Amino acid sequence: MADFVSIKNLEPLKQIIAKHKDEPGCAMPILQETQGAYGYLPIELQKEIAEALGVSLSEIYGIVTFYTQFTTVQKGKNRIGVCLGTACYVRGSQKILDRIERELNIKVGDNTGDMKFALAATRCLGACGLAPVMMINDDVYGDLSPDKIPDILAKY
Amino acid sequence: MKKSYQEILEIGKKTLDKIGLRDGLEAKTECKTQIMVCGGTGCHSQSSNVLIDKLRAELKANKLDKQVEVFQTGCFGLCQKGPIVVIYPEGTFYSHVKPEDFKDIVETHIIGGKIVDRLVLDEIKADPNDGLNKLQFYKKQNRNALGLCGKIDPENIDEYIAFDGYKALYKAITEMSQDDVVKEMLDSGLRGRGGAGFPTGMKWKFARMAQNEKKFVVCNADEGDPGAFMDRSVIEGAPHVVIEGMAIAAKAIGADEGYVYVRAEYPIAVKRLMIAIDEAREYGLLGKDIMGTGFNFDLHVRLGAGAFVCGEETALLNSVEGKRGEPRPRPPFPANEGLFKKPTIINNVETLANVPKIILNGAAWFAGMGTEDSKGTKVFAVGGKIENTGLVEIPMGTTLREIIYDIAGGIPNGKKFKACQTGGPSGGCIPAQNLDTPIDFGSLAKIGSMMGSGGMIILDEDNCMVDVARFFMDFIVDESCGKCSPCRIGTKRMLEILNKICDGKGEDGDIEKLEEIAKAIKAGSLCALGQTAANPVLSTIKYFRDEYEAHIYDKKCPAGVCKNLIGYTINKDKCKGCSLCAKKCPVDAISGQIKSPYTIDQSKCIKCGLCYDSCKFAAIERK
Repeated sequence: MADFVSIKNLEPLKQIIAKHKDEPGCAMPILQETQGAYGYLPIELQKEIAEALGVSLSEIYGIVTFYTQFTTVQKGKNRIGVCLGTACYVRGSQKILDRIERELNIKVGDNTGDMKFALAATRCLGACGLAPVMMINDDVYGDLSPDKIPDILAKY
Repeated sequence: MKKSYQEILEIGKKTLDKIGLRDGLEAKTECKTQIMVCGGTGCHSQSSNVLIDKLRAELKANKLDKQVEVFQTGCFGLCQKGPIVVIYPEGTFYSHVKPEDFKDIVETHIIGGKIVDRLVLDEIKADPNDGLNKLQFYKKQNRNALGLCGKIDPENIDEYIAFDGYKALYKAITEMSQDDVVKEMLDSGLRGRGGAGFPTGMKWKFARMAQNEKKFVVCNADEGDPGAFMDRSVIEGAPHVVIEGMAIAAKAIGADEGYVYVRAEYPIAVKRLMIAIDEAREYGLLGKDIMGTGFNFDLHVRLGAGAFVCGEETALLNSVEGKRGEPRPRPPFPANEGLFKKPTIINNVETLANVPKIILNGAAWFAGMGTEDSKGTKVFAVGGKIENTGLVEIPMGTTLREIIYDIAGGIPNGKKFKACQTGGPSGGCIPAQNLDTPIDFGSLAKIGSMMGSGGMIILDEDNCMVDVARFFMDFIVDESCGKCSPCRIGTKRMLEILNKICDGKGEDGDIEKLEEIAKAIKAGSLCALGQTAANPVLSTIKYFRDEYEAHIYDKKCPAGVCKNLIGYTINKDKCKGCSLCAKKCPVDAISGQIKSPYTIDQSKCIKCGLCYDSCKFAAIERK
């Protein structure tokens, strides 16, 4: 996992804004790249972006909270995404998710206490041939069954 | 360096000398053998990229890297059997190829001239050559939109040009008027492949007629329907076909700028699209004065951020404009007032992938395939409880039975087919009695489902139809943008009722309530997401009402899925005391002595079903 920039360092944000500021409809790419650099979009960063673009904070906040990929809180280091697309669901991905919740003792959407894992249910990853599927960071694990979960988690 | 059309033709000819052997042509360069390795998302996630590196290194070590080259391709469609490797000129078809198989492929196949038997599917064991034409999976298919997927290296524009790439664009710019291009599309009968099936030519005609000096072409690559992955595969396999289709659209309506809006969940597709755009710009196939014709067109890429509703065209436009992706009321339609309030056409990836071929081969060629109502071919993503998950492209009018049984190999593990879900969260479930329905836009609508983007999820006897309806409603509640109340509130109420039924708390009248709310949502919602949101519920009530009734009145889930309605016990007479279930149980609810019957502590049991799935003696009973 890449290390994220501290939100105290606003230099990367300024560069991102300068890069896109003159494009029409620039709010989305700016927010996407900012989250890419900082890992999340806390209100402090949203304020900076709103100010730089000359729009109200509520407008930026409205966009951030609309799209599921944006997060206003920090996420655990290793991001687990269990596919709950239809093909995976009918092949039992809910059981995979249940098992991970129990193994890590957290619910979907939460981080583990040590910030080692963040657990999410994702939309179709498009790897339906391997259903049920999950991703941890950029690694895809396919053809899962609940009892494969502990070994996979132990790798991280 | 910018190229003239003559130079483009020469690049194509030169490249075809090398890669034409994939099409049965004579190999005119020293590279006489070509190993194609699938680099689509499915195969890539099973390390096909590692396989490519190992093959290349091994060939180099054997000083064969000039005569034998390895190419990364897009999706072959038969994802279930991946990673897939095809070796030309023989067209030898290998499946389930792992990185460690590189040695056998090089030593046995390339050097030894023998087939690596263990990598051949049973069906073509006798002769694995020319597998793409021999396998049952491919025989009934007609790959047009997917034609180049698996055949070319998507990251090399020269290979696209070799197989007639950008010829259609040149023809459209130099030999056809704007109205000619629109007429060709109208005559072809092509209907949008993203969901609603609106005639593509009509869209283009409206945008062509709109008066404005600035117009846009937008490609909708926000493939959100769970279980549909054809758009991803087209971009991953042949990104230039989308660029060329968009440029032709731009010529037709008089646009000079375009946007591709693509899901951020598709990193490989995004990467290959970016490479393709850079390549096209370098050759002067995008930008100013394309191929010296005076025609201008350039492209931007915008990434989605995880909102299903952005697949709806007006919501997508808002998102490209950097706003919340909420749909706009129509009219005005995008053809008159679209992106940044300018006339805009929005076409889906698969739709655009058909455009260059229609321009090159003529409308009559395309209209010659399919049915009266729906012309051409359509790609379906077949998944769920099916032997061969993958992408299937067939002429419209093919029956569901042919797709499920002849092409995709039927239901695995001897289970019984229950339903086919088409159209994603907007579609419906088709039961066994309708398996002989020819697939086109009209017929699917008639039986309470829809074409949608072509996702096709097969359900077997182990799937609970109420649970499936609940699954889709849960999806819709999550993805409803919240702008209009029938969708925002109505779907939530429907989900609550469905949850109640699945929890065993259903009451008399619930089914009627679902139907009543469904009607209101359909009539009152602003966009297609809401207007079709109730379809999965309505179609399951229509065809599987008995399952709803079993949940509500008998408090039973016939498929054994809904946890509150089932319980597991061990049949003492059948249990051999092997202890496997106790080992599998994640909560230690099963105990006993080896070689005597085990028991389940019901207060601990979480009904995960692992014991049921693992017992080799069918001693565990589900009620």
